[in-house]
Amino acid sequence: MTETTFTPPTRFAIPGRIAVTHQGANVWQTATLTEIRRETPRAATFRFAVPAWVGHVPGQHLQLRLTAEDGYSAQRHYSLASAPDDSGHIELTLDHVEGGEVSGWFHSEARPGDRVEVRGPVSGFFAWPGDRPALLIGAGSGVVPLMSMVRHHRARGLGVPLRLLVSARSPEELIYAREYGAETTPVFTRSAPPGTPVGRMTAAHLEPVLAEGPPGGWEAYVCGSNAFAEHASRLLVAAGQPVDRIRIERFG
Amino acid sequence: MNVTRGFTGRPRVHRPGLPPGQYDAGDDWPVLSAEVTPDLAPADWTFRVDGLVEEPRTWSWEQAHALPGSVYEGDIHCVTSWSKFGVRFGGVSVDTFLAAVRPLPTATHAVAYSHTGYTTNLPLTDLTGGKAWIAFSYDGRPLAPEHGGPARLLVPHLYFWKSAKWVAGLKLLDHDEPGFWEQNGYHARGNPWEEQRYSGD
Repeated sequence: MTETTFTPPTRFAIPGRIAVTHQGANVWQTATLTEIRRETPRAATFRFAVPAWVGHVPGQHLQLRLTAEDGYSAQRHYSLASAPDDSGHIELTLDHVEGGEVSGWFHSEARPGDRVEVRGPVSGFFAWPGDRPALLIGAGSGVVPLMSMVRHHRARGLGVPLRLLVSARSPEELIYAREYGAETTPVFTRSAPPGTPVGRMTAAHLEPVLAEGPPGGWEAYVCGSNAFAEHASRLLVAAGQPVDRIRIERFG
Repeated sequence: MNVTRGFTGRPRVHRPGLPPGQYDAGDDWPVLSAEVTPDLAPADWTFRVDGLVEEPRTWSWEQAHALPGSVYEGDIHCVTSWSKFGVRFGGVSVDTFLAAVRPLPTATHAVAYSHTGYTTNLPLTDLTGGKAWIAFSYDGRPLAPEHGGPARLLVPHLYFWKSAKWVAGLKLLDHDEPGFWEQNGYHARGNPWEEQRYSGD
């Protein structure tokens, strides 16, 4: 056996993995719903008690499973919204997807006390351990894993720079609107508060942040639809962000 | 069994080709790559097979297209739970490339790697016997960049993260060496019929 992993010779480069533990990540556990909070007309946050949760790194996701009485089950991957803590609770923020059998159950049927199954956390790629400057760019519910990072940054009082650019159709559809602080720049694509321009994210939004150039450079995290991820990652590359410092999570 | 109160799920449709835990994505084809889609022109694309082989070799776009063509018509399955039925890819069988380089008897596994540096590991037996392709086209059109164009590996009997986009080469080894997602907690083989999603499944 070779001890070192083969590294291909390439013109482009993918960022490396973040050290995370996978211990216990493949064991299904019961998660008990304890609270539901509405965020926007389409999105709500669901808080669960998961007493044996092994913890996670901000940005990671989990697998969630619902089972019907005849044994039929449906599973989905969802990003964790909460920062890692020792409360034995985790939070997910879910869009109500039209015709979605899992998100439909959450938005139409679920109530505190209901039990579902989860396992994870998963992935050591789209993860931010809080050790490097983070430039977070999200759209719609793509802000969910980025919010875990923002909350972690605040909860630990981290000194490392962190910025969030978040795109939403309108102020009403901006998830976590009340929680943002000076680190965040919202971008509105359809309607905006008076005095705020309307339009998609452009190089002009990125330039001031990239110009800050923190020591060691930014690690960029992009999350949203594939169309948004393609757009935002092209803006980043054009503005000089190295491709091996761009981590992308696309919604399927 | 842990029944979820009030959950009925979508209507049960018997789909013989649907592996456990998967749903039919219909006309959707989600994109889930973790890296920036590379700006890779066909003229800059190359494909190399080396490692435990008699004669390592690199093919250019033209050289690869001069090889006998082969088509895959069937289904694909992503670990994130969607499956897509009745897809049609055109390209060249991996068997054709391997016949040219002649794998050594000691070769048991391969690492497939991309022009982005993405890697994924496979037993050699999952790449041979008409089960794997280097695909250039989808539905009769050039493969789109976001789906791995100009060329991707296609191993449709395994979860689709094994089908490396923007494929740059195969390195044949005498042992299994975890690739990008496999180092990130995903299963070493990824057989959808056995639901080998994560390490330990």
